[in-house]
Amino acid sequence: MYKVLRIVLADILKNRVLLVYTLLLGALAWASFLLEDNSSKGMLTLLNIIILTVPLVSVLFSTIYVYNFNEFLELLLSQPLKRSTVWLGLYAGVSLSLMLSFFIGAGIPLLIFQLNTAGFMMLALGILVSLVFVSLAFLATMFTRDKSKGVGIAVMLWLFYALLFDGLILFILFQLSDYPIEGALMMISFLNPIDLARIMILLHLDVSAMLGYTGALFFDFFGSSTGILLTFIALCIWCWIPFQISLRKFKKENL
Amino acid sequence: MKYLLHILSCLCLFHLQAAGKVWNVDQQGSLRYIRTAVGLASPGDTIYVQKGHFKEGNITINKALTLIGVNRPVLDGQKKYEVVSIRSNNVHFEGFEVIRSGKSSLDDPGGIKVYNCKNVSVVNNILRDNFFGIYIQNGAKCLVRNNQIFAKALNEQETGNGIHCWKSDSLQIIGNRIDGHRDGIYFEFVTHSIIWRNISTANIRYGLHFMFSNDDVYIGNVLKNNGAGVAVMYTKRVKMFNNHFYENWGASSYGLLLKDITDSHIENNQFMRNTIGIYMEGSSRIFVQGNSFNNNGWGMKIQASCMDIDVFSNNFSSNTFDVSTNGTLVLNRFKGNFWDKYEGYDINKDGIGDVPFHPLSLFSYIAEQNAQAMILFRSFIVTLLERSERILPSLTPDEFIDPAPRMNKL
Repeated sequence: MYKVLRIVLADILKNRVLLVYTLLLGALAWASFLLEDNSSKGMLTLLNIIILTVPLVSVLFSTIYVYNFNEFLELLLSQPLKRSTVWLGLYAGVSLSLMLSFFIGAGIPLLIFQLNTAGFMMLALGILVSLVFVSLAFLATMFTRDKSKGVGIAVMLWLFYALLFDGLILFILFQLSDYPIEGALMMISFLNPIDLARIMILLHLDVSAMLGYTGALFFDFFGSSTGILLTFIALCIWCWIPFQISLRKFKKENL
Repeated sequence: MKYLLHILSCLCLFHLQAAGKVWNVDQQGSLRYIRTAVGLASPGDTIYVQKGHFKEGNITINKALTLIGVNRPVLDGQKKYEVVSIRSNNVHFEGFEVIRSGKSSLDDPGGIKVYNCKNVSVVNNILRDNFFGIYIQNGAKCLVRNNQIFAKALNEQETGNGIHCWKSDSLQIIGNRIDGHRDGIYFEFVTHSIIWRNISTANIRYGLHFMFSNDDVYIGNVLKNNGAGVAVMYTKRVKMFNNHFYENWGASSYGLLLKDITDSHIENNQFMRNTIGIYMEGSSRIFVQGNSFNNNGWGMKIQASCMDIDVFSNNFSSNTFDVSTNGTLVLNRFKGNFWDKYEGYDINKDGIGDVPFHPLSLFSYIAEQNAQAMILFRSFIVTLLERSERILPSLTPDEFIDPAPRMNKL
């Protein structure tokens, strides 16, 4: 597995896309912290990076990379290697490089300008969100052998989690505003990793406002240490399950 | 000429000093009790109290005396008595440590309580663990200066207010520090008074609380981390300048709550890290000018029951929501404020943005009616909706604008 990991890493580090991604993250993060006169605006920019850019790049890059890796994958599988080892190695390589990009691009300015709980929280969540979307990308590649279709699925996944899901919640919220649906809403937000990350960051950025809502159950829940723990566990499950499904499919796949 | 003046003033001082007899209370000396000294002295006398721990129950000062503590003697109420009762005009009380007054909701015992008199000054004392700290009841022209008032109460019933003034006129409350009482400074029916440079922190209810207290001025006070911030109600002609309202956090906690306030000025104050900077209800004709609102949940909440509120030349930055309201009728004016959320341009470079700013956020409007919606705050779709609302207001009242937003901070 480590050999596969090493090969993948070496290959990706030569890849220009990831370099551009790192530079883009870095430029956005540094600019937003240095140019704004208050760091809370910088944090907002980073929040938007985490809920939009990071998932999109993670899911697209991984999907395309896995498809392009296909020929070499076939070569690898002709060797006496277990399929799960190869797949895991590939996953580890892709996710590690994306994590590294996020850390270098956004993590370093974050640690320099926001060395506090909110900063660490953001760093951890950014990395977890990258991992989740790499998993989802791996799952997407297992749905179809056709590269263009696979990329389409990946983009749809991003669009769904980044935009449509919240639209749906907003719609439900307005339709059922007379009912106590907050508990249900909290449950539903566990179905979207981006929402989980956003709510966690929100609770650190807008504490003053959140305290103003007595009825806001989700603040009491997500703000508590149990809530934080559950959120992180949920995000880990979000990494684990799509990857497991893709692994199972990959094992049976006729290449 | 100069020397002559010096000599004259010295003579005057001498004369004042010599006007009364001087008594010296010392636990090692012949005169051991303050009560005895007060009984023996006649109006105009001065009583010096040397360092010591006095457990004399209640000390009532019913003559115009000057009491001065030397090396801060301790007056102990043993949790049973009101410690010092001042019942005469022209009393000066300085330099003591007053501790452990009794607790009772029937007669509200205080560390130092002033009953129906004029020209009393309470200066430079330390008060610890009293029910009420300094209580002025029906006083006039009294001075409360440089006192430090501490209590460690856990709930509202257990303690009274730090400085409590009732039905008084022309008071000066200057440079005091109050910590851990029910309300830091409490005014009811107090007129023509000044509250200057006090620090009121960590009180259980309000840092500053006044009702029916017209024509008062509040300058340079620091009100921080109080249970419910500051509440001011049913008052006319109040002036609040250069005060600091910090870290008043909680569901019903306000940097400054205004209820039925009219003809008032709120100028050059700082509001930082409060859940709500200023909350206004039923108020009218108020000038809000030159204030800074930073890192608050809401900079200002102006309920629709307010009218003629002029919000001019303030700074709004890093607030979650700058301004919110609960109705569509707009009878207030915004002008020349700095908003960090403003994205307009300034082509003629006069420092004033050329496009009006729409300070009302759609989402604060939605969340006002449906708190559950907060779960979607800062999501991509909500950001999109907000942007479109800023450009083309449809749900929020479109006359709620700052026509001349400032490009730079004041």
